[in-house]
Amino acid sequence: MTNDLSRRNFLLQGCTSISAIWVSTHWPALLSAAKHARESSQSAAAKLEFFTPEQAVEIDAITSRIIPTDETPGAHEAGVVYFIDRALITFAVDDQKTYREGLPELQSRTREIFPAVEKFSAATSEQQDEILHSFDEDQPPSRRPYRPRAAAKTFFETLRMHTIIAFLLDPDSGGDPKGLGWKVIGREREHMFQPPFGYYDKDYPGWQPPSGQADKTKS
Amino acid sequence: MRPDQPKYKTSDEVDFVIVGSGAAGGILAKELSTNGFRVVVLEQGPYLTEADFTHNEVKVLGEDLLTNHPKLQPNTFRKTPDEKAKPQRALVYGRLVGGTSVHFTANFWRFHEIDFVERSKIGPIAGTNFADWPITYADLEPYYTKVEWEIGVSGLAGASPFDPPRSKPYPMPPLPVKSSGVIFERAARQLGWHPFPAPMAILSQPRPGRSACVNCGFCLAFGCEVGAKSSSLVAAIRVAEKTGRCEIRPNSYVHRIELDAKGRATGAVYFDENRNVHLQKAKTVIVSANGAETPRLLLLSANKQFPNGLANSSGLVGKNLMFNSSGISLGVFEHPLNDYKGFAVSRILHDFYELDPQKVGFYGGGGLDARFDATPIGFAMGSLPPGTPLWGKGFKDTLAHNFTRTMEVFSHATSLPLETNSFSLDPDLKDAWGLPALRLTYKDHPDDLKVARWLNDRGLELLDAAGAQKKWSFPIEEQQFGVHLLGTCRMGNDPKTSVINRDHCTHDVKNLFLCDGSSLVTSGRGQPTMTIEALAFRAADRITEAAKRGDLA
Repeated sequence: MTNDLSRRNFLLQGCTSISAIWVSTHWPALLSAAKHARESSQSAAAKLEFFTPEQAVEIDAITSRIIPTDETPGAHEAGVVYFIDRALITFAVDDQKTYREGLPELQSRTREIFPAVEKFSAATSEQQDEILHSFDEDQPPSRRPYRPRAAAKTFFETLRMHTIIAFLLDPDSGGDPKGLGWKVIGREREHMFQPPFGYYDKDYPGWQPPSGQADKTKS
Repeated sequence: MRPDQPKYKTSDEVDFVIVGSGAAGGILAKELSTNGFRVVVLEQGPYLTEADFTHNEVKVLGEDLLTNHPKLQPNTFRKTPDEKAKPQRALVYGRLVGGTSVHFTANFWRFHEIDFVERSKIGPIAGTNFADWPITYADLEPYYTKVEWEIGVSGLAGASPFDPPRSKPYPMPPLPVKSSGVIFERAARQLGWHPFPAPMAILSQPRPGRSACVNCGFCLAFGCEVGAKSSSLVAAIRVAEKTGRCEIRPNSYVHRIELDAKGRATGAVYFDENRNVHLQKAKTVIVSANGAETPRLLLLSANKQFPNGLANSSGLVGKNLMFNSSGISLGVFEHPLNDYKGFAVSRILHDFYELDPQKVGFYGGGGLDARFDATPIGFAMGSLPPGTPLWGKGFKDTLAHNFTRTMEVFSHATSLPLETNSFSLDPDLKDAWGLPALRLTYKDHPDDLKVARWLNDRGLELLDAAGAQKKWSFPIEEQQFGVHLLGTCRMGNDPKTSVINRDHCTHDVKNLFLCDGSSLVTSGRGQPTMTIEALAFRAADRITEAAKRGDLA
């Protein structure tokens, strides 16, 4: 299962399967985007509200295969499991059933493939990847337009999307307050920038009309 | 922050009731209230301001904080009129004070002279309603200038050899160039093309009460927290409010235009936020609800005199819908562009604005722009190259490498007006208020797909010339979903083949005016908002003159 060519649909249609009520900390009034206050509410995130501690261990193990930890932080360090836990009682409340039914199914798939392994979190990384591949092979082929629909989404597809959201949501508007996901992708945390922005514009000499084209800008 | 507004009683017959506060409605409210008239604007969405906007992608993209909500206002879709339409999201538009101008990309190209007279130049196209406009570029030029100066557009006059004539330069210089713009400019020149700084409705210099762009990077789809994006909210509505004659009434969902026995519009019927029904009386009604909701409102207002929909003697209300065709190519480069910083577009080109059908074998034309408009979650979900793993180390590594190194070449192109492409009322599906839902019927003309593919190939050619390490495109397929909602109540001189006249008055009801994307006769080349706003400025002049002559009494 690989990436489909979906971004336009994603942007235009919105990630509609994550609709519902979002009750994050109220966003403070802003005079300037530069003054985005750091949201501190997530320091209390270690408290679980939807998952049992046992379920949270499993979700943490799965999301850690979706965005693994290597030389840079992954889903585990970013506290993805706690974000999803909170999401399932707020904006993703419609997905509770998907998790309730999906997690036990994943555990039975684990025992089906590896009879000696009691649960997903007890499997080796290689075994875990094999288990997850058995789910993503159930998915429709790649290159289909991305049309998120709550009802049609599998547990693994839902969990993948929630993991990405948890990892990459703006750290200053409800995402991981440590901002690890943005660090991994190279997105500076600020909300105000000055040119030059990148490698290719840093030596730009300023607009010059092409040779042979009359400079009509003075008229 | 909001000045005190008058509070008109619904029984108070104001001069104008305007349905919708977006690109057209906001400007009409500004102009008509400035001209001394008493105006009520009925906006179905909430009144949000800079303090309400956020960079939270879940709220904005996932929960439609600023846009029509698919649960409250579901749609149906079918390709052709002989099919039964199925529930499917068909459109996105801004549903708040300021309308779609709050979240748009802000590409502000003027239409060119050819756009208004193209049917005469190249002749009829079988099976289409391809037509000339009843006005020309010269009629609209002063109003394009007005948009640039009064609403706030940054750009560089004369930088494109293909630009139509203009009476004044831009009021402020272009926005800074991004790395995507530099890559685009160099490669395009290498190919012999003529890139130039993109005209954008985003401030490069501050204006009273509005900051210049701070390059925050959450632009397309998001509301601007510093007032730099020249939305109707910050650039028009606030001016209207300061006149003391304009009331903006949010959360007011108009679902019927009332007529009296003489066939004159008497006002607009709407649900307030508690779903109580009111009739706001007015001497003249202007509908600027967008190219989907304007025809829907006319169809919902069918009565004895107009059994097929108000002002629909032509039968064309809702028809000739044009979405603009488009293509997106992406490239990954060796070094970081950091194109997530800033607004979306800094360079464009118009070398292919007018393709010769004899040479290319199809009708159409368009422009290319260099952009990056993805925010982090959207990028991870849909901007990685085909073949990238969906999860695991391969996914993470590609995401981490590409986010700062990716840019897009977006091609924007024509759509032909087809009578079968339309918004109509679904016979079964209802919205949360019990009103018939919008039904979209749409199948691109073959030439629309051909021009989109032709232009997209130029985009790939450009990425090649630029030395992209990897490049790919989104497939160009028949569209089932629109954001440019054009042509559904077209203007024209002949009441049999158009819905409104050249001054935006409906042919059938002399005190009912329509002005928004629905007024367009042809689609232009993919950037309609500038023209919608110029039309609104012009309509306001024409309506003011008519009112002063007593034509509307």
